[in-house]
Amino acid sequence: MGAMLEGTADIIVVGGGLVGAAAAYGLAGKGLDVLMLDEGDDAFRAARGNFGLVWVQTKGFGLQRYQEWSQESADRYAGFAAELADLTGIDIHHERPGGAILCLGDAEWEAQRQLNETMAEQGDGYHARMVERRELERMAPGVRFGQEVVGASFSEKDGHCGPLYLLRALHAGFKAKGGRYRPGARVRHIERGFRVETDAGAFEAPKLLLAAGNGIPLLAPMVGLQVPTAPERGQVLVTERAEPFLPMPMGNIRQTAEGTVMIGATQESVGFDTGTTLEAARGLAQRAIRALPGLQQLRLVRSWAALRVIPPDRCPIYDESETHPGAFVATMHSGVTLAAIHAARLPDWIAEGRTADGFEAFSARRFDVPAAA
Amino acid sequence: MSADLAIVGAGPAGMAAAVEAAKHGLSVVVLDDQPEPGGQIYRAIERAGPRLRTILGGEYAAGEALVRDFRAAGIDYRPDSAVWRLDAGARIAYSRNGTASTLTADRVLIATGAMERPVPIPGADRPGVMGAGAAQVLLKASGLVPAGRVVLAGAGPLLLLVGCQLLDAGADVAAVLETTAGGDYLDAAPALPRALAGWRDLAKGVAMKRRLKRAGVVFRSGVGGLAATGDSVRFDGGEIACDLLLLHEGVVPQTHLSRQAGLAHRWQTEQRHWAPVVDAAGRTAEETLIVAGDAAGIAGARAAALSGRIAARTAAGKEPAELAAALARERAMRPLLDRLFPPRTALPDDEAPVCRCESITAGDIRRAVRDGAMGPNQLKAFSRAGMGPCQGRMCGLAAAEIVADERGLPVEEVGSFRIRPPVKPLTLGELASMEGEAAEAEAL
Amino acid sequence: MFRRLPEREASITIEVDGAPVPAAPGDSVAAAMLAAGIAAFRHAPVDGGPRGPWCAMGVCFECLVEIDGEPNRQACMTTVREGLRVARRPAGARPKP
Repeated sequence: MGAMLEGTADIIVVGGGLVGAAAAYGLAGKGLDVLMLDEGDDAFRAARGNFGLVWVQTKGFGLQRYQEWSQESADRYAGFAAELADLTGIDIHHERPGGAILCLGDAEWEAQRQLNETMAEQGDGYHARMVERRELERMAPGVRFGQEVVGASFSEKDGHCGPLYLLRALHAGFKAKGGRYRPGARVRHIERGFRVETDAGAFEAPKLLLAAGNGIPLLAPMVGLQVPTAPERGQVLVTERAEPFLPMPMGNIRQTAEGTVMIGATQESVGFDTGTTLEAARGLAQRAIRALPGLQQLRLVRSWAALRVIPPDRCPIYDESETHPGAFVATMHSGVTLAAIHAARLPDWIAEGRTADGFEAFSARRFDVPAAA
Repeated sequence: MSADLAIVGAGPAGMAAAVEAAKHGLSVVVLDDQPEPGGQIYRAIERAGPRLRTILGGEYAAGEALVRDFRAAGIDYRPDSAVWRLDAGARIAYSRNGTASTLTADRVLIATGAMERPVPIPGADRPGVMGAGAAQVLLKASGLVPAGRVVLAGAGPLLLLVGCQLLDAGADVAAVLETTAGGDYLDAAPALPRALAGWRDLAKGVAMKRRLKRAGVVFRSGVGGLAATGDSVRFDGGEIACDLLLLHEGVVPQTHLSRQAGLAHRWQTEQRHWAPVVDAAGRTAEETLIVAGDAAGIAGARAAALSGRIAARTAAGKEPAELAAALARERAMRPLLDRLFPPRTALPDDEAPVCRCESITAGDIRRAVRDGAMGPNQLKAFSRAGMGPCQGRMCGLAAAEIVADERGLPVEEVGSFRIRPPVKPLTLGELASMEGEAAEAEAL
Repeated sequence: MFRRLPEREASITIEVDGAPVPAAPGDSVAAAMLAAGIAAFRHAPVDGGPRGPWCAMGVCFECLVEIDGEPNRQACMTTVREGLRVARRPAGARPKP
């Protein structure tokens, strides 16, 4: 016998992180009765450990539709931020000053140049270009670059925002549009119909969106989907508040609206381990100082680790179940960058079945092994 | 550099453990963030002149022998060392004079002692408002005496003690405002049988209270609605002008290092704080990590020294039977003292500053809970509480209690801030120039 | 705000915002400043209000000042020495990398 029925809705969104909250916010905006289920205080929340880049360059290597998708989201961001601020009073501190990936030494420059070239060949509208050190210095007056910095890959499409403010604003906006939020409701089981059994009782809705990040691989088979993502640990350092000195995010270094400097991030396959290591902290600090020597006097006040959600090709997965119609999944690493397009476009897909051109490219079926000859 | 035993903290527990371990042939390193041994309880005892010793009394002077033994034991003692990371392993990362290094040991003893429980009342973050313990530290370390009118407010035995010491030092103590009814127990104390464990402390409490009253200090119990205005303290039904307001609500274990190291902690319902889960010898679930003294639970300096010795002797593979008996006697007094001075149970008013680093009030925290923050960690994400340089030391306890209260759950169910290194800030330059392996970092 | 017991002789001099401040050997910078009547050590980074030491033992980070050119050092955890220079930073001032 299952848990007591606690409530029903038009659609249940499983996951209160950036992906779930952006979709739920948009769905509530369509006048649907949306219930967003979330875990408790100790969940592995990628949304709590985000770096905060709204980033376009280098996104979608091997999947051009993802590059376009990221661009569209970044283009929508200013309006999206203004809409959230109007509705909730929360400033997500979105800025789009462009972004640079610093190249330390000729080898990094060459690798980055080749990547940009390949991306430009892959499809139209790729914006990143290589800028030499002197031009970089003109673009970032007053910033002292390390001797090894030979230049950067720059794109005016890139920007950043405060990811925790974004999460708060999405939650507040969702509530303002009549959405219902149920924390402490970790999903245990899903039955057809859909009946979702959680730590906080059972809930029913004819539609269901799985947006539970690294929790999805366990939940998806319950609705006939296979979602082969894996957690990837990223460790991040953050300093005390500093004078505003960095006019744009520089890849793995960005200055927040508060003035703190974030330095990221490692890429480690260590399963569900959110521990931090001294070796990683030292490595992050070393590279950051090689890039921007002035950082050495700033105090490190915190470090943390969060788990990215990584599909095999690092590109998003959006799918509807064939065996369980009405069950959808949305999962990827770029919850911040894609929040604007998620809020705008996922509701059309989930509520009305309307999708953008080429949306099927994001199906997890792209990972199916081709039949042997 | 590797040692048999590395000790973090040179207060009574750390010093006694170091002396005991050295006696049993262990190589010992002691790291302490202060410039002199003694911890806060015996702070600067080596430099104390006769006047100060008289003011501070015999319990303070008792630390001198321990400090002398510690100095004489041939221990590798490293003052001014701020430990900012501890990994089960046991590896310590610390900074000293602007240089960061690591140190490994077979075992690490955490003897980080206690800190005053922060007292979030409206205005508590103004200059001229301090912990009563802070005033005592300034008296011990520098012979400082408040120059204007002083009011002490709050609860706990230290409140009375500091009041008396400041009087003896010639300060103008205007009032002692107790937020609990605890002081009333003291009036009944002489009637209690002398055989009762803890009678001595009780008698001391009575004597202190009499001393204050005789000196003309205004004495109130059960005071509510405390607020600091800058030149006075307000409370329900009154206001007293003062130049310095000293607040106190007891002391709590310093658990940042033990929590960062990943040890399990338990909420102590009576005394309202977290304490690491340890056995009688201070051992934890991690074979390499031991906790002793007030860092494992508040029991005072004598008990701290005993627990340090027990931990060290156990680490040396020896039986600490007679020490354990002495410690049991020492701890037997504690329950009475705890009952006598229960911490205040009222939670801070909405306007009270809880997270000082990020200027977050109790009201902000309550709002974040209503917005869906289930516990302290989501609270951090929702409000920035606990994200500043103090790493949540000042707000952690109150924040957890407010969240628990709003949600109608026990504190242990809502949990505590996850503590991440560094537990003390250090510059990126220090971190980067440390010797040892560094992981490769990516450009993006 | 505080005075000093006569048995602690203030035999050395530090500098706070350019003015000489007497200190005794073994004093923390915070103790020397408090003994000189200085109550406000810094401005809170968020609300800008004046702040001073709360704990005197390295816990609260309310006593952050610039010491010998290095911003945001804990005054209560730094021991005085002759000629040490303290600067209280204006409201809103932060370290510039």
